[in-house]
This record gives sequence, structure tokens and C-alpha cells, in this order.
Amino acid sequence: MSTLQLKDLYDGFRDPGVIRGLAKLINEEAKLLGRPINIMEVCGGHTHSIMKYGLPQLMPGNIKFIHGPGCPVCIMPKERIDHAYVLSQQDDVILVTLGDMIKVPGSKGSLQDARAKGADVRFVYSPLDAVKIALENPEKKVVFFAIGFETTAPMTVALIDTVLKRGIKNIFFHINHVTVPEVMVELIDSRDEHVDSYNNRIDAFLGPSHVSVITGAKIYEKFPKEYNRPVVVSGFEPVDVMEAILMLIRQFNEERCELEIQYKRLVSHEGNLKAQQLIEKYFEKADLFKWRGLGNIPQSGYRLKSIYEELDAEKLYADILPKEEIEDHKLCICGDILRGMANPPECTIFGTACKPSSPLGSCMVSSEGACAAYYKYGNLIS
Amino acid sequence: MCLSIPSKVVQIDKEQNVAVVDTMGVTRKAGLDLVEEGSIEVGDYVLIHIGFVMNKIDEEDAMESLKVYNEILEKLDEQEREKLVLEDDDCGNRTT
Ligand code: SF4
Ligand code: SF4
Repeated sequence: MSTLQLKDLYDGFRDPGVIRGLAKLINEEAKLLGRPINIMEVCGGHTHSIMKYGLPQLMPGNIKFIHGPGCPVCIMPKERIDHAYVLSQQDDVILVTLGDMIKVPGSKGSLQDARAKGADVRFVYSPLDAVKIALENPEKKVVFFAIGFETTAPMTVALIDTVLKRGIKNIFFHINHVTVPEVMVELIDSRDEHVDSYNNRIDAFLGPSHVSVITGAKIYEKFPKEYNRPVVVSGFEPVDVMEAILMLIRQFNEERCELEIQYKRLVSHEGNLKAQQLIEKYFEKADLFKWRGLGNIPQSGYRLKSIYEELDAEKLYADILPKEEIEDHKLCICGDILRGMANPPECTIFGTACKPSSPLGSCMVSSEGACAAYYKYGNLIS
Repeated sequence: MCLSIPSKVVQIDKEQNVAVVDTMGVTRKAGLDLVEEGSIEVGDYVLIHIGFVMNKIDEEDAMESLKVYNEILEKLDEQEREKLVLEDDDCGNRTT
């Protein structure tokens, strides 16, 4: 019997020859740079890949990675998780969400804790699984706690569409979908408030992969144009990331500031129009969404349009959903980490009071969070 | 991390609007709600994300990446193969 594991499969895409070749090109090209460049990878999938393959080690001294807020699980504020928790406590409610939400602690505990205490919480692989649960439990109310960036919003919307078309009466929605460009703007803008210390923090962006499959690269157009930050939409394999970095450095050397797509095999400029139309049909932008570690960001989340309010669990259960604001642990510096101001080891409780098994801040919560990635792979780069 | 293994469409159920796909020998179903009607045909390569077909992959690109996966998969038995494909879907960050 072979003992191959998933990691061996990844290794196929980690062709050392190609990576070395790219590293050489990057190093040569970087010598021509007039100044150091900080590149933010917005997506947690990239953070994971960068740390796992030790890419920072392969970079010349003048190229630095800044880890962005790209994990929808990590950025879910405790208030929202408390909503899910409270809903799961209703006798006639089955709370359904994606497996990724399992461990994230709210102020009352995680959904896993709720389930251990007897609540009917179900983790599904696909939103459509909620249909089956609703049909099998006609006497119950199924509340779908929807999470994720632009990538998963269309799947939630496909579920809404199915529910309406099939006339299913016992599925309701608690929407927590967030959007990428607004948080990127926030990270650039917040830099400007502290001119000195924030200066030159984010020079360029690696654009998220699967978000862009849905939205198209077009959502990043304003970054090179209005904010003077080039964007290269990159795939997840280490080779993809390296190639994207090379493309960014070349832009600086050639004095271009553009939006480019490295991940051409899956990302187009326009994206998946069908998915975009579905989203537009059911969702509108909420005025504010609170991001764990970053606070309120205008227009950065979706909510159900009011014509569909009979499906909206937040309206239906408005009376019982907690409204108080909750602060994160006061020693936690996730906000600074997400803004590219600090590195995880600079947090005084990193690896001691705060670990993946007992996370205190958002960056330690999912395995793609910056603190969790440093905790797991940090020995590779220190 | 998501490998984005290309899946091949082997059957389309118009009624249910789902496709049956083959991901390196593992068969599963995926919703077609997010792609234009009629744009996906049997034989196409697609990317799947949490139970839905996200889009079509250019055949040449798909073959290119499958070549790498296949070399490794040749060394696996059925059970391990299924585990790998399902694990690929079970990414902790699959909502980005
Ligand atoms: S180590 Fe924990 S507490 Fe410190 S910044 Fe990271 S997540 Fe926050
Ligand atoms: S979120 Fe999707 S795309 Fe991102 S790493 Fe995970 S499975 Fe891959």
C-alpha cells in the first residue's frame, strides 16, 4: 500500500526547478527596484501557500509579504457568531452552516460548543444540503447561517433561488457575506490616517483567486487607477504566486501600474456573469459590516433585499438576537497585523495565551489566519 | 489550500440542473445553477466549489494540470484516491 498523502499531491505543483528558476528571476529583477516593496496577499489561501512553501525565504530582502484579511471565518465578529448561537438555542430551529465555522468562538462559545450542549447545529458541505434537511424536518425552521466572500455568496443565492422556486417554506437566512474591494480600500485608507508609521506599507496586491473567478478581475480596476497600487490576480500554487510576484516587480521596474491576471486559466476580466446576476437579484450592500479585528467597514457586506424579508432570519428573530458590541482581547494586535503594521510574533501572547487550540483573536482562528500560519510554519522563516 | 483539480462532466441531469462529474476517478454531483444554461456539456472540464460548478476550464489547461495529478495518482489505490479528492474539498478556507 502506498503511503502517499495530500501533501504529496501538492508537491507535484511545487516543482523545485520551476520555483528555483522563478526565484532567480525575481532576485535579478528586484535588484533594479529603486525601493523595497510590500506585497499584500488579500486571500488566506495565498497566506497559507506562502507560509507552507517558505516563499518569504526565497524573496530578496527588498520584497516583503503582508498578510491580508482574506479568511471569512476569521473576520467574522463575535457578535455575528452569537447570533448563530442564540438561533441554535431555539427549540424549533436547525442551524445550518458550512463546516469552516465550527471552531470560531463567539462570546457564548462556538457552534461546536452549542452542538455539544444539545443544540441542533449541522455543518454541511454545500448550501444545497440545507434543502434536504428542510424537507426532512417540515416541523422545524432551518436557518442557514451564510458565510464567505464573493466566492460563496452565489451559492447562498442559488439556495435562495431554489427555496423560492420550489416553494419551500421552512428555510431562513442569516447573511454574513463580505466583499473584498471594500476591505482593500479600508486597508489603504487607514494607512493614510497615520502618515508616518503607515507609510509605504502596502505597495501592491496579490488578488484573491476564487473570488475573482466569480467577480472577474474587473473589481480591482480602481486600485491601479485611483490608489496607485498594482494588482495581479494570482492562483494558489506556489508557482502561481511566484509568477505573480515577478509580474508585480516588473510593473514597478517598467513604471507601469496595472491590473493583470496571472491566473488566466480560471479568471477572466468579466467573471461569472450568471452568478453576478443572481447576487444582484437577491442581495444589496449593507451600510456597514463589522470585521473582526478591523471594525466597521462601509459597504463591505451583503444583506437580503427587503422584498425578500420573509426569508430574513435577522428580521424574523430581531427580538432575541443580541445587539451589544463585543471587544476582542485587549492584547490582541490582529487589527495591526491585518493592516500590515505588525507581524504575528510581535503579539505578546502569540503562541502562549493564544494558540490554534485556544484562539483569542481572529488571526489564530482558522488555519489560514496569519497567526495560525506563523504558529504552524513559523519555524521555516524565523 | 485548494488544488482546484479539474473535474470532467460525464452526465447532465437537466431536470435537477445538476452535473455528474468525475474528479480523477471519483464520481460526484454538482449544481449547475451558477453557469449559463446549456454552456456546460458532457466532456467539458469544470472547477467545482462547495457543491457547484463554478466555471469551465480550458481543455488544454485542464489536461496540463491533470498530467501532474495523474502521475501521483497512479500510485494510489481507490480508497486513497477518494480520500484525496474529498480532502481537497475540505479546505479550511474554502469560503474565500
Ligand atoms: S496571536 Fe492571537 S491574540 Fe495575538 S494577534 Fe494573533 S490572534 Fe490576536
Ligand atoms: S477557499 Fe476555496 S479556494 Fe480558497 S483555498 Fe480554500 S478551497 Fe481553495
